[in-house]
Amino acid sequence: MDALRSTDPRRTEPPAPSHHGLTDEDVPHPAVAAHDLSLVFQAGDGPVTALADIDLSIARHDFVSLIGPSGCGKTTLLRVIADLAQPTAGTLLVDGGTPEQARRDRAYGYVFQSPALYPWRNVRRNVELPLEIMGLPKSDRQRRAADALKTVGLDGFERKFPWQLSGGMQQRVSIARAMGFEPDLLLMDEPFGALDEITRDNLNLHLHGLWQQSRLTVIFVTHSIPEAVFLSTHIVVMSPRPGRIVEVIDCDLPRERTLAIRETPEFLAIAQRVREGLHAGRSYEGPEAA
Amino acid sequence: MAQIAVATPRPPLWATSRRLGGQFRRGSTLPILAILAALVVVWFAGAVWLNAPRTIEGFERAELDWTARDLVAATWSMDRPVLPTPAQVFADLWENTVERSVTSRRSLVFHAWVTFSSTVLGFLLGSALGVLIASGMVHVRTLDRSLMPWVIASQAVPILAIAPMIVVVLGNLGLTGVVPKAIISAYLSFFPVTIGMVKGLRSPDPLQLDLMRTYSADRRQTFRMLRWPASVDFLFPSLKVAIALALVGAIVGELPTGAQAGLGARLLTGSYFGQTVQLWSALVMCALLAMVCILLVSLAERLVHAARGGRP
Ligand SMILES: Nc1ncnc2c1ncn2[C@@H]1O[C@H](COP(=O)(O)OP(=O)(O)O)[C@@H](O)[C@H]1O
Ligand SMILES: [Mg+2]
Repeated sequence: MDALRSTDPRRTEPPAPSHHGLTDEDVPHPAVAAHDLSLVFQAGDGPVTALADIDLSIARHDFVSLIGPSGCGKTTLLRVIADLAQPTAGTLLVDGGTPEQARRDRAYGYVFQSPALYPWRNVRRNVELPLEIMGLPKSDRQRRAADALKTVGLDGFERKFPWQLSGGMQQRVSIARAMGFEPDLLLMDEPFGALDEITRDNLNLHLHGLWQQSRLTVIFVTHSIPEAVFLSTHIVVMSPRPGRIVEVIDCDLPRERTLAIRETPEFLAIAQRVREGLHAGRSYEGPEAA
Repeated sequence: MAQIAVATPRPPLWATSRRLGGQFRRGSTLPILAILAALVVVWFAGAVWLNAPRTIEGFERAELDWTARDLVAATWSMDRPVLPTPAQVFADLWENTVERSVTSRRSLVFHAWVTFSSTVLGFLLGSALGVLIASGMVHVRTLDRSLMPWVIASQAVPILAIAPMIVVVLGNLGLTGVVPKAIISAYLSFFPVTIGMVKGLRSPDPLQLDLMRTYSADRRQTFRMLRWPASVDFLFPSLKVAIALALVGAIVGELPTGAQAGLGARLLTGSYFGQTVQLWSALVMCALLAMVCILLVSLAERLVHAARGGRP
């Protein structure tokens, strides 16, 4: 299954049309399709190329991790998909339409690097925020918020305020908030980056379970190789200056995963490939940066 | 999953009154009382010093022999002293608050109520206006540029200069009584609210705003669910300044009209007829009223804070 493909930026062959490689019959288009996507920031000390010639197609129900050193444009790519930033060149389709359309349709949930909870709202009302904006009646909102909190293991904390929760719990609230309105696509920007390893392992297991149950499409930014390999169906390795895709690694471990899988040779082999990809990205950074 | 809830129970609202009790325990009451006592002593001494010339004049006119003790006693019990003693002021306050029916024209409670009602009306008007202007400036770029200079200029005009004009103009339009005073109060109190709210409505960080954008919330929803609640921490300090200014406005508004009621009117007649004791008791009443006003805003602040999670 080659649902996700990326053309190596150094290759000259024209990139495949975004529909290519689709296997799911009843889905007419991929969740995300980028073609020659670039973004140049006009910073004070000259232009910064945050994204260069990104070609990427993400099928529905995939779990795709973006991995790469900081500053390689992972956040920027996620923000472009979310219509929070505008590309300067190339095309991008989200759910078959423009990113703006997808945003207006509330097609995605975004989990930021920090929980970004509203401190004046309690946990339940934080999760209800998008539902309130969508104009759902109160009873509906409460039911959905309760369900979403249950899926992240936070039932019983509805009336707590953010300051009364640990960092891991706050991040779970923000995941519940992003999932409460049942988007098809979940964009997660290093959601567990600030957490200790034990909490992180737990949340990884949790997220894996959620993804399996719901068959969401997830685009997940991370710095951690084991995290990426554990969660993903595909791993996109990126390199900085300019931010581009080095390699897309298929992660064809069984879909049913436990933490123990991290000790298996298959897992370690994929992790090794990711590591090599990251090194390759670094090695041709030199001449590019000069 | 480690479910480490920091389950500090929220203290009940009445517990906030313990803060006063806490002061006793921390021993800050004694210094406060000591300073108060020192002030009273200085005040009594000052009364002797300031009233002595006229008292001595009186003694000499009556060709009396007088001792220092006579002098002190006389300076502390003059009818129209230059500086009345705290005891005289307190006696006058007592007489005109506790011992007099509140419906009486001479009751200070009645006058304080008159001033208080126009203070509150002006405060509400001014705060609403301040919030309105701030919202306009935050949402409309041209308003942001064009309005602020006028807002600032409005406060550069001395209120004593425009208060009579406002009263006279509104009087000609048939508006008398509480309304002109409230408008002067509003004129003073909208300013701190505008300044505080412009900052408050702009206080949400980019991430909080991005979140609203991912839900494709419209401006009104962003205002109601993000900007407004985020500004509350900026609103209350502004409201405290605003209500104090509203009180000043109400009192000033009572001065030029020859108003028959209100603490401003009492101040005016007191000084006009040289009734210094009345003047001072009205002044003390003004101070007490200011404290009540600030306390009311603080109470509202605590209620709102508790409803918003009561983060300590
Ligand atoms: N708003 C911005 N203005 C200018 N430069 C930016 C802006 N946002 C990001 N960049 C630059 O773009 C590059 C990619 O940033 P980012 O996407 O945040 O990287 P990552 O998330 O992979 O760490 C960095 O060099 C960063 O400095
Ligand atoms: Mg980032």
